[in-house]
Amino acid sequence: MHRHFDEELQQLKDRILEMAALAQAAIAASVEALKNRDKAAAQKVIDSDAELDRLELIIDDKCLDLIALHQPMAGDLRFITTAIKLNVELERIGDLAVDVAQRALVIADKPLLKPLVDIPRLGEIAKRMTGSAIESFITGDTELAKRVVLSDSEADVLKRSVEKELIYGYMMKDGSTADRAVPLLLTARHLERICDHAVSMAEDIIYMVSAVVVRHHPEELK
Amino acid sequence: MHNVDYEAQMKTEGFHPSLVKGPVGVNMNSLGEADMFGAEPKISARGVNFYYGSKRALNNISIGFQPRRVTAIIGPSGCGKSTFIRLLNRMHELVPGTRLEGEILLDGLDILSPACDPAELRKRVGMVFQKPNPFPKSVFENVAYGLEVNGVTDKRLIEEKVVGSLKKAALWGEIKDRLKDSALGLSGGQQQRLCIARCLAVSPEVILFDEPCASLDPISTGKIEELILELKKDYTIVIVTHNMQQAARVSDRTAFFLMGDLIEEGRTDNIFKAPRDRRTEDYITGRFG
Repeated sequence: MHRHFDEELQQLKDRILEMAALAQAAIAASVEALKNRDKAAAQKVIDSDAELDRLELIIDDKCLDLIALHQPMAGDLRFITTAIKLNVELERIGDLAVDVAQRALVIADKPLLKPLVDIPRLGEIAKRMTGSAIESFITGDTELAKRVVLSDSEADVLKRSVEKELIYGYMMKDGSTADRAVPLLLTARHLERICDHAVSMAEDIIYMVSAVVVRHHPEELK
Repeated sequence: MHNVDYEAQMKTEGFHPSLVKGPVGVNMNSLGEADMFGAEPKISARGVNFYYGSKRALNNISIGFQPRRVTAIIGPSGCGKSTFIRLLNRMHELVPGTRLEGEILLDGLDILSPACDPAELRKRVGMVFQKPNPFPKSVFENVAYGLEVNGVTDKRLIEEKVVGSLKKAALWGEIKDRLKDSALGLSGGQQQRLCIARCLAVSPEVILFDEPCASLDPISTGKIEELILELKKDYTIVIVTHNMQQAARVSDRTAFFLMGDLIEEGRTDNIFKAPRDRRTEDYITGRFG
């Protein structure tokens, strides 16, 4: 049976996808700005965050309306509560992309400590994990969402490797490199945090689709 | 009963602590139906088929209702939910041409056996109907009626029971000065609580509510719902309702009926967050049709 409520849910889904597209673009643009030492591109990422903030408020309001006016149940309820959570995660991802862009601004005027290899790789992982989480939201593919959750260790390992290299390879040997190394350390941290948010989104999506709680229950991923 | 030690209760009622995983609570999926309400049922149906003439209205229904719990029965019109609860105190026998197969057990004893007196049964298993049906008598006489027809003559005892029942039905404060007034002069919500008081006066163990709020406004509905939550401390309650929010608000367990079949029964929170059967999901999200 056709329900007008389904149209409302579709509008909510469209808003989430709009927000996801902006968040994904912000991740990509911030890493590019860092790689290319492009201050204008970094500033653009910072400026575009306002749109994500605006969308966050709209989605929040929409979710509250749907709960208050329709008293959703079962799959509808899980969809809306998941939308509320994805909204928060995506907004945070946008903020972290801004953080990366701010680090890009800091290092743009200084000579690079070393060629950037692992940080762009970490950026790729963050983009891929966020993209896969969103794809699982669109398709309801819980296997893909599970792969996102399980791939988090890849980002953790890479972040630790970046940290190790910058701390022991540069800062411990020559304290004067700190002003160039610390922004890179922070960038690795921001990108790894984006991966954590992608994992949270994937966990929420698994619950939305199958009502299985995998958050804090890794055995459910097997 | 009033300050329930929830943890102790979970243990005594068959809840298996290993089902609670991690610090944040219960994994709904793994919990399934092995829940904390695992007590022996007060009243239950086993393999019940019911016929109006040659038409089969209920198909092989098996379900138990646990003591001091509210179970809601939901389902679209004609699904057999009202038919079913009327079997629980043999009200179906008042309809000619009906036939019942299977067993209905109250405390493990078959209420369908010839040895079971329907009048005695209906004292133990009371019913409140959709439309308040007070007798054209005074408030006091309405509540005392069940006691008097059961041969109670001690006026002091009757008075005690009437006052106690009106208090339990959350009506005493509103009508204690109007006990001699006609019950027909009460508002719809008050009349329904009077009918509940009348039911309570004969000390039932199970109370069946057949859409008790269908003809009431939201304020009266709220009062009846609060009352049901209060009554469940002492009684086994089964409520048929069309209002899913009401089922969600007042019940511990929910059963979904469809075309004479029991499709799914389980913890109310599970049914409304993640039903197991697609048909339940379609019904509670309004996709039926």
